[in-house]
Amino acid sequence: MNPAGRPLSDAAATRVLSGAEVPVGRRDGRGYWTTVAVRLSRDPLTLFFGIVLLLIVASAVFAPGLAPTEPDATNVLKRLAPIGTPGYLLGADELGRDMLSRLLYGGRLSLLMGILPVIGALIIGGGLGITAGFIGGRLNMLVMRTMDVFYAFPSVLLAIGLVGAFGSGIVNLLISITVILSPPIARVAESVTTQVRTYDFVEAARASGAPTFAIIRVHVLANVLGPILTFATSLVSVSIIISAGLSFLGFGVQPPIPEWGLMLSTLRKSIWINPYVCALPGLMIFVTSICFNLLSDGLRNAMDVRLG
Amino acid sequence: MSSSFAVATSAISTGDRLVEVNDLTVRFVSKDTTIHAVNGVSFTLAAGEVLGILGESGSGKTVTLRALMRLLPEGRTQIGGTVRVAGHDVLGLSPGALSRVRGSTIAMIFQEPMTALDPVYTVGYQIAETVVRHENVSWAEARRRTLDLFEKVQIPSAQRRLDAYPHELSGGLRQRAMIALALSCRPSVLLADEPTTALDATVQIQILLLLRSLQKELGMGVVFVTHDVGVAGEIADKLAIMYAGRFIETGPVTPIMRAPRHPYTEGLLASTVHGAMRGQRLKAIQGSPPNLEILPAACSFAPRCPRVADICLAGVPPEVPTGPDRMARCVRITQN
Repeated sequence: MNPAGRPLSDAAATRVLSGAEVPVGRRDGRGYWTTVAVRLSRDPLTLFFGIVLLLIVASAVFAPGLAPTEPDATNVLKRLAPIGTPGYLLGADELGRDMLSRLLYGGRLSLLMGILPVIGALIIGGGLGITAGFIGGRLNMLVMRTMDVFYAFPSVLLAIGLVGAFGSGIVNLLISITVILSPPIARVAESVTTQVRTYDFVEAARASGAPTFAIIRVHVLANVLGPILTFATSLVSVSIIISAGLSFLGFGVQPPIPEWGLMLSTLRKSIWINPYVCALPGLMIFVTSICFNLLSDGLRNAMDVRLG
Repeated sequence: MSSSFAVATSAISTGDRLVEVNDLTVRFVSKDTTIHAVNGVSFTLAAGEVLGILGESGSGKTVTLRALMRLLPEGRTQIGGTVRVAGHDVLGLSPGALSRVRGSTIAMIFQEPMTALDPVYTVGYQIAETVVRHENVSWAEARRRTLDLFEKVQIPSAQRRLDAYPHELSGGLRQRAMIALALSCRPSVLLADEPTTALDATVQIQILLLLRSLQKELGMGVVFVTHDVGVAGEIADKLAIMYAGRFIETGPVTPIMRAPRHPYTEGLLASTVHGAMRGQRLKAIQGSPPNLEILPAACSFAPRCPRVADICLAGVPPEVPTGPDRMARCVRITQN
């Protein structure tokens, strides 16, 4: 040891040891979200489906401007017109309504019913799961076993039961889908939180004097939000499909309001007459779902800071 | 080096007791069983002093350390005795007061720097956060302080490393960042829970030297827990050998290392490479540590002790003075 009491070789040795581990391309002061954005931009598949999804959302938002006709305007002569009929770019349905206009307008409700229940479930299920996971013990037991009760029913059946109890209608449909999506989110939130809670940095935060609420807000939330958001994104497609299914069964949206699930339901009788037109709402549901699913995969990769 | 150091610190430590632990007991209680993790530990620590607690896994050293900060799971733990740190009665503090004391008066360094730093925040942010919380300064000021700390713990290119995430740093740098975090609010007591165990040997000595020089510079009291005899000898002024939740031998580091009195300490020192003959097998202590669910009213080392006698089973051995500031809990010492 040198007489100065300060190891001279120390800093130099550290530099040698650690030099290789600092990523070369890293710029200073780049925040978390910038890193996520940069990573997303390097992932063409996610980017592609993101753009497709953006187009779908934009087309739904701007449906009144984009739609060539009113979605409810009927024309008996054009009933089940094939794709490409002049004036009916994507054909017409069984009442002679323009499919393109109805698909554009239908997207508004379908997307809303995909996203709103997930946001609701994210708040309810996520809140319950994180609280249960962090506090643990009896509260965890109580919350999670209550959630398990919901698992006892098949989710679609439960939704039907709930809509049946509340009465059909869009608001009740949204509520019932929120209820059935909350338990899975709570379960995911609880399991990641329980895991995060045991990490030393939670203990270290406590050791440096952070109160419990600050630990949840700063350290737990930041670490569990990624996995929970990813999972929630994948539930958007589930939500769209369930709401479409319920509309299909006649519980949700009522005719003549355009909605993809309901359109699929009313068109199914004509599937043998004009299969391509009848499959269009299903195709929209499929494409939107797959976009959300692949986007959630891409987000998960981009949001994991540990991947470097 | 340790002797010159003792002289240097005695000026600072003028008898004031920074940490005072009296008859500390910790039990982990569950429905089926009670674990007697710590069974009557008492010690004092002056400012500028380093106490090394040496023991095997499960001897209660980490639990003792965490009890100093009340960092044990509340519901399942029963803590007895008194713990006073810089005038605070740690076991009696309200949650709010405890939060204020943690980090500012008493801070801790953890064993695994990888998991002890939050992976989703930059290391600079994590340290600045603690400074802002405790000292009510602006973020800019906290960031400037963090930069100073990084330079103090000798992190090369400190400015750039402030914005690094923990996974972007090597083990040694992470542990330095951890030390910077612990020192961020100028604690008077630093607890170190095997801070070098997860590091490789070359980095280990760098961290030890750094801790030593920082401790000297800031005049902190340090409690350093380790299972490594060599590390304990390097860092500590005073040693406490822990076995089955009790200090079985305490005293200044050099006399203990030169002439251990307790058979367990002897065994522990004989089981390391220090001073051993090349090519010879190391001597291991026979048997394994006792089950802490049952607390026998006898010497807990008796089942493994080469010098065991009937008297060892008669009761828990009292503290037998074995020299200046030294004691060992072994009844056979007086008879030898």
